[in-house]
Amino acid sequence: MTRSPLLAVEHLTMRFGGLVAVDDVSFTAYDREITAIIGPNGAGKTTVFNCLTGFYPTPVGRLRLTGGRGEFLLERMDGFRIAQKAGVARTFQNIRLFPRMTVLENLIVAQHNVLMRASGYTAAGLLGLRRYRVAEHEALELARSWLDRLGLTAQSDWEAGNLPYGSQRRLEIARAMCTKPVLLCLDEPAAGLNPRESAELRGLLTETRDQHGIGILLIEHDMSVVMGISDHIIVLDYGSMIADGTPSEVRSDPAVIRAYLGEEETEQLPPEVAGDLHQEGRI
Amino acid sequence: MDARALLKDAGLAAFVAFALAFPMVGFQTIDVSGSHGITVVTRFGDVAIAVALVFIGRLALSLLQNRAMRLPILVLSAALAVGLPLLTTSYPVITWLSVIATAVIAVRAAWLVFDIADVVGRDEGNHLRDATAFIGRWFGPVLVVFAVLFPFLPMTSRYILDLGILVLTYVMLGWGLNVVVGLAGLLDLGYVAFYAVGAYSYAIIAQTFGWSFWVCLPLAGLFAAFFGVILGFPVLRLRGDYLAIVTLGFGEIIRIILLNWSSFSGGPNGISGVPRPSFLGFPFTANPPEGTRAFHQLFGLDFAPEHRIVFLYYLILALALVTNIFTLRIRKLPIGRAWEALREDEVACRALGINPTNTKLTAFAIGAMFAGFAGAFFATRQGFISPESFSFLESAVILAIVVLDGMGSQIGVVLAAVLLIGIPEFFRELAQFRMLAFGAAMVGIMIWRPRGLLAHRDPSIHLPKAVGGGA
Ligand SMILES: Nc1ncnc2c1ncn2[C@@H]1O[C@H](COP(=O)(O)OP(=O)(O)OP(=O)(O)O)[C@@H](O)[C@H]1O
Ligand SMILES: [Mg+2]
Repeated sequence: MTRSPLLAVEHLTMRFGGLVAVDDVSFTAYDREITAIIGPNGAGKTTVFNCLTGFYPTPVGRLRLTGGRGEFLLERMDGFRIAQKAGVARTFQNIRLFPRMTVLENLIVAQHNVLMRASGYTAAGLLGLRRYRVAEHEALELARSWLDRLGLTAQSDWEAGNLPYGSQRRLEIARAMCTKPVLLCLDEPAAGLNPRESAELRGLLTETRDQHGIGILLIEHDMSVVMGISDHIIVLDYGSMIADGTPSEVRSDPAVIRAYLGEEETEQLPPEVAGDLHQEGRI
Repeated sequence: MDARALLKDAGLAAFVAFALAFPMVGFQTIDVSGSHGITVVTRFGDVAIAVALVFIGRLALSLLQNRAMRLPILVLSAALAVGLPLLTTSYPVITWLSVIATAVIAVRAAWLVFDIADVVGRDEGNHLRDATAFIGRWFGPVLVVFAVLFPFLPMTSRYILDLGILVLTYVMLGWGLNVVVGLAGLLDLGYVAFYAVGAYSYAIIAQTFGWSFWVCLPLAGLFAAFFGVILGFPVLRLRGDYLAIVTLGFGEIIRIILLNWSSFSGGPNGISGVPRPSFLGFPFTANPPEGTRAFHQLFGLDFAPEHRIVFLYYLILALALVTNIFTLRIRKLPIGRAWEALREDEVACRALGINPTNTKLTAFAIGAMFAGFAGAFFATRQGFISPESFSFLESAVILAIVVLDGMGSQIGVVLAAVLLIGIPEFFRELAQFRMLAFGAAMVGIMIWRPRGLLAHRDPSIHLPKAVGGGA
């Protein structure tokens, strides 16, 4: 299978005052692949997502998306247009559902732009024209297919905020998928899930990748998820990229081990390696 | 709780009541005609009654925790609520307050005795939710029928009908503001500005061009909507408190411009002689000009000034119902859902590709448009407008109606408008204590129903029943 690049990140840098949260990061995410971004707390993973989805006005670097919808330079686009035009959807590290709207409404709101056009920017909808009713029906069917898949059909009229935590996480993914994206960015989707739920999530993500043919960017601390389903892993530490490779490559990379296990480990490293590291000024 | 703790608690409440009542109720200054200056009259009897009332009331509420005491308290407080008006105090307010207080205790006791609270508490308040949904489904149509028949009910005097018009105006304003505050979650403290824009555009256009009400009404709405967008632009990035402050300022700016731009708006004198509405071109006058016919001649009736009042009543009823139907419908359309989503989480909206700018501006524009319609109605009804009618207090009252209703339910706005506009008119005899009672009612509602009188939200969409079936 040939890999076609979906997102090319080139020299991405993001500063907050004096703090360099993301420091000259470059990587490529491919279509129909799961690309994981891992790294210790505060490494800058969420910041990369926020740059990609237009939440910060001034990232430095180039973010080139070449999906089914054409080529876009994300760093030049407004936040909402990235989702609307370029087709980048995301979830949040701390769930951001619409808690007092129902589960179904959450999935329908995600199809806002399609429905807005069908409702003739409200006029046709007010008149109850057929065109709008057909579009609404299609939106409901898409929502139903996701609800069936998540086993939430019976709860479709619940307030989303009353769902159990694990279901909220999955509903947020379904909501992002209802925008029909070409690239789905998931920020720690397995956080707070129990082992059974996290296994379910792995199934959901691989299925989504294969059935919908989209690329997935995945931030995750749960190594069973990361190592189990990613095609390719990028490791960040203090804002810089320290590794980029397949799960097995990354697992045995000494820089990654050091980033995760901390300084004590250097005492056990062979003296030559420890000496090299000192010269590089990493410790 | 043991008896001592109970007494101490009630004593403390009574002390607070004493501290408040002693200066406020205890002394009355009377301007004796003839003599220069005022004399002070003491009313310590009333203070004692007030303090005793608070003591007993607090004690009764505490005792309600005890199951065995509930029934006796219910009987006693109900008896007092009925019996107290027979007692005469030197001050009617005390009697009124005692009646209300004992009635509240009676209701609370009845609530507990009949275990209503337990039913409500079960299933995360599902029963209560069903009850409010039921109220919404049946109460609404009944209310509309009542409103249509209202002018012909035997109890409806001209005064009551005027009051009905006033309440309906606020119902309409409440429904309009509900789009902005309840649905889109944008706290707007300057809503009265759009009401003013509507009223002044109507008055000026109608006077300058002599166009009829039905031409000027949409124009007034349009102007107000335009101002809604103008206000919307600078405040797009603001939320919550900041937004509230800026909108408050905007409301004041409009009022002050109207007050000072005399050549345009007549300044503090306002605009008088605003054209009255006519029934499809037939005016409500006793002696129409030569060659035209008046409303009463058209239908072969005797002339009566009430005709115009009844017509105005139906006019505002129709305008209010249009507002209601429009909001109910738009809530189920993508734009309405986007408003609610924006209220819930703006960041998530942007991540889903919803344009927050357009969404907020439409909310401002549509809310302002309805205020503009209401303003045009106000101008034609009064025949006279001045900046005084558009003070911040109006914004506050409209906002109070929306907040009381629990933000979102349409019936709640009606109840809240009746409560805030209708009831205070009835209680005019309470004189200066009227606003105090108003404040007490607000505090009470915030304590017992913090999510509003009818905190119920109907889902805007459901899955169609049959799998893969028609919508
Ligand atoms: N808006 C902001 N303003 C200032 N500093 C910020 C901002 N957002 C993030 N940071 C800082 O940037 C660094 C990277 O944060 P980021 O949230 O990207 O980490 P992360 O890799 O997602 O960590 P975690 O695993 O804990 O979620 C942190 O030091 C954080 O304090
Ligand atoms: Mg993070």
